[in-house]
Amino acid sequence: MRITVRLFALYRERLGADTLTLEVREGAQVADALALLSQRFPRMLPLVDNTRVAVNLEFAEPTHPLREGDEVALIPPVSGGAL
Amino acid sequence: MILITFDPLDPEAVTRQVRDPRHGAVVTFLGTTRNETDGRRVLYLEYEGYIPMAQRKLAQVIEEARQRFGVSQVAVAHRLGRLNIGEISLVVAVGSPHRREAFSAIAYIVDRIKEDVPIWKKEVFADRAVWVGSGEALHVVTPASGPSSD
Repeated sequence: MRITVRLFALYRERLGADTLTLEVREGAQVADALALLSQRFPRMLPLVDNTRVAVNLEFAEPTHPLREGDEVALIPPVSGGAL
Repeated sequence: MILITFDPLDPEAVTRQVRDPRHGAVVTFLGTTRNETDGRRVLYLEYEGYIPMAQRKLAQVIEEARQRFGVSQVAVAHRLGRLNIGEISLVVAVGSPHRREAFSAIAYIVDRIKEDVPIWKKEVFADRAVWVGSGEALHVVTPASGPSSD
């Protein structure tokens, strides 16, 4: 099944793309998608500490199951607002 | 009210959103872009957002503040794109019957934005650029055509 991967900030810059389509096996979880991304796009590595994943606009655990058409985003530590 | 925009922010307009005859206090916070980090001069900043998720997370943070502090009205505006030094990146306005709750709610909301709202900031120095909070070793960028000299 296919998922959409969204990249922001340093991940977007490392890869030179803000959106990818990834084919994952049925029953795949967030952690599987991350492993596949690392394999296919080694330029994205290493993931920076405290990177989180969002699925369909909500933070999700590594064991979160994926479905066809999900939007999976890599969320590096945020820094909006003000220091 | 939640606004995420590439245009300059108008703190007066954001504050007006929370004015109400029931309020004895309105507190407005401005986040502004600073000219240095660790003693090194910042030329300008770039903000990037995952806009639909940022809107959703801001709505959740506002709801949390309402429940914790009983404040009745909250408005948040965040700017994206390139900001020069001293510009306003964030406006948070809270209206409340009493001042203490308004002050507490403002501090809470600004802290939560920095934890959970997917907006990122890149500081651009003369010779490099850094995504703040990434822990990434400073990477060198080709100096862009650069800010207009002043």
